[in-house]
Amino acid sequence: MKHSPPPQPAPQVDLPQLTDKLLDLACQSAPSRLELGQQLPARPLFSDRTKAIVWGMQNRAIQGMLDFDYICRRAEPSVVAIVYPFTADHKQKYYFGNKEVFIPVFSDMDVAMRKHQEATVLVNFASLRSAYDSTMQAMQHPQINTIVIIAEGIPENMTRKIIKLADARGVNIIGPATVGGIKPGCFKIGNTAGMIDNIVDSKLYRPGSVAYVSRSGGMSNELNNILSKEADGVCEGVAIGGDRYPGTTFIDHLCRYEADPNVKMVVLLGEVGGVEEYHVCRAMRDGRLTKPLVAWCIGTCSDMFTSEVQFGHAGSLAGSALEKAAAKNAALAAYGAVVPDSFDTLGAAVNKVYKKLVSEGKIIVKEEVEPPKVPMDYDWARKLGIIRKPAAFISTICDERGQELSYCGVPITAVLERQLGVGGTISLLWFQRELPDWACKFFELVLIVTADHGPAVSGAHNTMVTARAGKDLISSVVSGLLTIGDRFGGALDRAAQDFCAAYDRGQHPQEFVNEKRAKGELIMGIGHRVKSINNPDSRVRELKAYVTSRWPAWPVTRYALDVEAITTRKKPNLILNVDGIVAAAMVDLFRHCQLFTQEEGNNYIAMGSINALFVLGRTIGLVGHYLDQKRLKQPLYRHPWDDITYMSPLN
Amino acid sequence: MSSKAIYEATGKDLINRHIAPGTALVPCRFAVFEQDTVWEDELGKNPWLTKEQLVVKPDQLIKRRGKLGLVGVNKTAAEVRRWLSEHSGKEQKVGAASGKLRRFVVEPFVKHDANEEMYLCIQSGRRADTIMFHHQGGVDVGDVDALAIRLDVPVDTFPTGEEIDRVLLKNVKSATTKRILTTFILSLYRVFVDLYFTYMEINPIVITNERLYLLDLAAKLDQTADFICAKNWGEITFPPPFGRDAYPEEAHIADLDAKSGASLKLTVLNKAGRIWTMVAGGGASVVYTDTVCALGGAHELANYGEYSGAPTESQTADYAKTIFSLMCRDRHPKGKVLIIGGGIANFTNVADTFRGIITAIETYKDALLQYNVTIFVRRGGPNYQEGLRQMREVGHRLRIPMYVFGPESNMTAIVRLALGHAPVPPDHRLDYAPHQLPKPEPAVRTALYCTH
Repeated sequence: MKHSPPPQPAPQVDLPQLTDKLLDLACQSAPSRLELGQQLPARPLFSDRTKAIVWGMQNRAIQGMLDFDYICRRAEPSVVAIVYPFTADHKQKYYFGNKEVFIPVFSDMDVAMRKHQEATVLVNFASLRSAYDSTMQAMQHPQINTIVIIAEGIPENMTRKIIKLADARGVNIIGPATVGGIKPGCFKIGNTAGMIDNIVDSKLYRPGSVAYVSRSGGMSNELNNILSKEADGVCEGVAIGGDRYPGTTFIDHLCRYEADPNVKMVVLLGEVGGVEEYHVCRAMRDGRLTKPLVAWCIGTCSDMFTSEVQFGHAGSLAGSALEKAAAKNAALAAYGAVVPDSFDTLGAAVNKVYKKLVSEGKIIVKEEVEPPKVPMDYDWARKLGIIRKPAAFISTICDERGQELSYCGVPITAVLERQLGVGGTISLLWFQRELPDWACKFFELVLIVTADHGPAVSGAHNTMVTARAGKDLISSVVSGLLTIGDRFGGALDRAAQDFCAAYDRGQHPQEFVNEKRAKGELIMGIGHRVKSINNPDSRVRELKAYVTSRWPAWPVTRYALDVEAITTRKKPNLILNVDGIVAAAMVDLFRHCQLFTQEEGNNYIAMGSINALFVLGRTIGLVGHYLDQKRLKQPLYRHPWDDITYMSPLN
Repeated sequence: MSSKAIYEATGKDLINRHIAPGTALVPCRFAVFEQDTVWEDELGKNPWLTKEQLVVKPDQLIKRRGKLGLVGVNKTAAEVRRWLSEHSGKEQKVGAASGKLRRFVVEPFVKHDANEEMYLCIQSGRRADTIMFHHQGGVDVGDVDALAIRLDVPVDTFPTGEEIDRVLLKNVKSATTKRILTTFILSLYRVFVDLYFTYMEINPIVITNERLYLLDLAAKLDQTADFICAKNWGEITFPPPFGRDAYPEEAHIADLDAKSGASLKLTVLNKAGRIWTMVAGGGASVVYTDTVCALGGAHELANYGEYSGAPTESQTADYAKTIFSLMCRDRHPKGKVLIIGGGIANFTNVADTFRGIITAIETYKDALLQYNVTIFVRRGGPNYQEGLRQMREVGHRLRIPMYVFGPESNMTAIVRLALGHAPVPPDHRLDYAPHQLPKPEPAVRTALYCTH
C-alpha cells in the first residue's frame, strides 16, 4: 500500500490571487482575539497537575482519564469532582491504577466549584439543550480558565454569547462539538484518544515534539497514530470542533504552541469553510509563527460537487472562493507551510520535517521508557472475551435483557396477542411450559375463588389490624400472608400429598379414612365449619363441575370425592372443601396434561406450588382489606380486655 | 444542524408573523404553486390574484433569478398561469447545478420607480451581526461587498435608531424614507435575533408612497435552534440546495440523527453512482471524499455521509440498511464499490457498530451479490480487532467480495484499491472477488465547479 502510484493532479480551480491586501481583508472578516487585544496567555493550558471538574455522569470517559493519568505517572488523578443535577450528592468509585478512588458527585455546580478550588478546567458533557447554561454558570467562577464543550448542535447565537463572555473573562473555550484534545504526560480531555491500548500504541503516555490542531476529533486520533510513527509523537493536540464558531480557533492554539519550548514542529489539519487558516498565513508572514508547520486542509472535494454539500461539520461550507480548501492549501504553502499533495502523503511530509529537525539537533530523540501497566476494566475485558468467571446466579424463567421482555422464551407481545392471560403467565413463569387452555383457566378460577374469605380469618384479620396501626400497604399485606401455614390456607399441599400417597398405594378410601382416625389426624382438604353435603359450598361445586368436564382424566379427584362420600356419612359437614378440590385437581392436572413427568409433578407439589396459588389469590383479598380499612379511616385496634382471660402463670 | 436556507415564502411568512406592529411594512402576500397545486384552489385562498398585476418566479434557493430570466413581471393572472405551465417541470441550469423547476411563488406586482429600490442584508459573524445597506438596490446592484455600508452589531447588543440613521442610512436623502427604514430595520433585527436567523438578504427593499415592500428575500435559519424556536417557526421545511432532490432516505437519517446524541448524516449526490461511502467521522468522511475526487471518482460518487459519536448497533444497522437500499436500486455494468472507512475511533465501540453493519449485510446479502458490490473496510479504535474479524468472517461466509484493513494500513489506501489505482495486495486476495477494480470513467464534462 505504500508504493501506490501518485494521485492524479487535482483539477485546476480558479484561485483568487492572494495578495497581502487580500490576506488582511480575509482576516478582518473574522478578527482573532489577538487583534482584539485579548490574546490567550502564553502559558500552557494543561500540566501534570491540572485538575478538572466533569459535568455529566460520564463514567467511561472519566475512568479513561484516570487510566491515562496513571499511565503518565501523574501523582494524582486529574478529575476531582463531577457535577450531575439529576442525582443527590454522592461518591462515585473509580480506579487509579489498581487503587480505588472516590470522586464526589454534586448536583449543584456552585457547590462543586467552591469545594474544589483546585479545579481550573471544566469538561462539559451537557447536552445541546443545557450546555449553554452550564457553561455560563461555570464562567461565574474565576478559578476556571478552560472549558471544553463536547455537545454538538448548540445554536450559534448561544455559542456566540459564550465566546463573548469567555473573551471578556479570559477563559479558553475548546469546542463546541469536539472530543477535546490530549497533552501526553499531563491531561486527557474526556474520551479523546480512547482507551489504554490506543494510548500505548500511539505512545501518548509521554510527550513528543509535535503539536497539532484540527477541527475533527476522529482525525485527531488518526494524527496521534501518524505522529507516533512518522515523528517522535505528540506534545499536545487539540480538536477545536466542527461548529461554525469554535471557542478557540487554529491561530489561538498555534500561538500557544509557538510559545511552548517543548513544541518543535506543528501540524495543522484545516478544513473548507471560514477564514481561520488565513490568520495562520498572516502570522507566518509577520513572523509570529516560526516553527516548521505541516498543514493540509480537507474538503478539496467540495469544489467538485455540482450542488452545495453540507459536510458533517457545521462550519464546513465554503461561502466564497477564499474559503475553499484548495485556496487555503495554496495560501499556506505560499506563506511557508509544508503542504503535501493530499492527506495520504501528510505522514511522509511530517517525517521529512521531523528528520530534518533531528539532523539539525533541534529535536533530541529520547529513549523510550516502558509505561506502567494499567489493569483492564473487568467489564471491558468481558466484552473483549478475554476473561470469564462463573456467574453468581442462574435464572431460567424470564429474560428482560433483549429487545423485548420474554416469559420463558415467549416474547411479551406474543403473551398479549395470544391472550394467554394471568393463567397462561403463571403457566410460563411457574411451570416453564405452555399448559393447555383448560389448565390456565383453572389457575384463574382458583385465584378467583380463593381471593378472599371475609374479615374474620387470620390473614385478613392481621392485615386489618396492621392497616389500622397506620402501616403501609406492604407491611399490612405481608402481615396477613405470614399467617398462612398448616392451619390457614396452607392445607393444599398436605392434602395433595395425602391423597396422592393413598391413591398411589391403591389404598381404599375407607381404609384411608380409618387410618387417619386411628392416627388421630385430621384429613387435610376435608371439612367445613358451616357448609355440608346438604348445603354445599358453591365454590367447590363450580370447581368440581369444571374439573370433571375439562380434565382428560381425574382419578385423584375421584378418590377425594370417594373419601368425601365416606366422611360425610359420619358428619355432614365433612365435605371436600376448596383446599381439597383444588389440591386433588392440581395433582390430576400435573399427572394428566401430559406435559409433566411423574417426578416433575411430584416435585412441583413438594415445592409448594399448589399453596402458591392460594397465596397469590389471597393477596388480592388482603390488599382489598387494607384499602378498606384505610378508606374507612379506622383507628388503631386494641383488643377489648373483656375478651381476654388474664391468668397468672402460677394458677 | 447549522445554518440552513429556507424558501423565500417561508422567510416572508416568518417576518409577517413576527415583526412588531408599527413599521411601514406591507405584509407580504404570496401564493405558492407546486406540481400538485390546483390553480383554482389557490385563487380561492388568495382572491387578490385576480384583482392585481402579479410577479411570478421560482422559489427553490436559486440565486440571481432576474439575471437568469426566471422572473415574470407585471402579469395578469391568466398570463401567470401560462408562464407557470411554460416553466413548470422545465430543466434549468444554475451554475454547474442542474435541476427541475418545481416550486413557484406568485406575488402582487408593486409599481415603483427604479430609484426606490434599495439593498438590505443582515448576516451573522463570530462577534457581531453585520447589517449592510445600499441605497441603490435591485437586480443590477453590483458588488455589494464593496458598495454597501456596514454596521456591526456586537453579539447580545441592540442597535439604536440613532446609529442606524447616522451610519447605515447616511446616503439616503429623504428624511421620511430614513425614518421608515430605521423603524423597520430595528423591528426586523429583533425578528432576526429572536428567530435565530443567520442570514437575511432583501434585494430590493422598496419604499414607495411611504409604504415598505420586500420584493425579494433570501434567508437562512440556524436549524439547531429548532428546540427553542419550533413553536415560533411553525412547520417549516429546510429544502435541499437547487439541483438535488430531497430523498426520503435522507429525511429518515436526519430523523435518526435528531433523536440521538450520536451523529448520523447522509446526502445523496448521484443515486446511480458506482462509488458509495460509509465513513465514520465528520473529518474522516471529508478526507475520504477528497481522496475519491482526487482519484477521478467525483462524478461517480453516489453519496456523502458520516456516522460518529458512538451510535448503537441498531442505529448503525439502520444507517447501513438505508445506504444499501439506495445502492441496490440501479444496476451498473462495472458493479459498485462500497468504502466502509474511518480513522481510529476515540470512543465508538468498533465491534458494536460493525455488528450493526453486519446485520445490514446479512439482510441485503442477495442484493449485494446481485448488484456486484465489492466492499472495502478500514477502521481502528476500541475493540477494532473483533469488529474486523467479524467483518472478514461474514464476507467469507456469504462470499461477498470484501477487503478488510485495520489501523496498520494508511487511512485512505482503500480508496486507491476501490478506484482501481492499485491492485489488491496478494495476502488479501480472494478467489471469488476481483483482484483489481475498474478505474472511474473520465468525466464527460471537464468543468465541475460551482462558483458562489
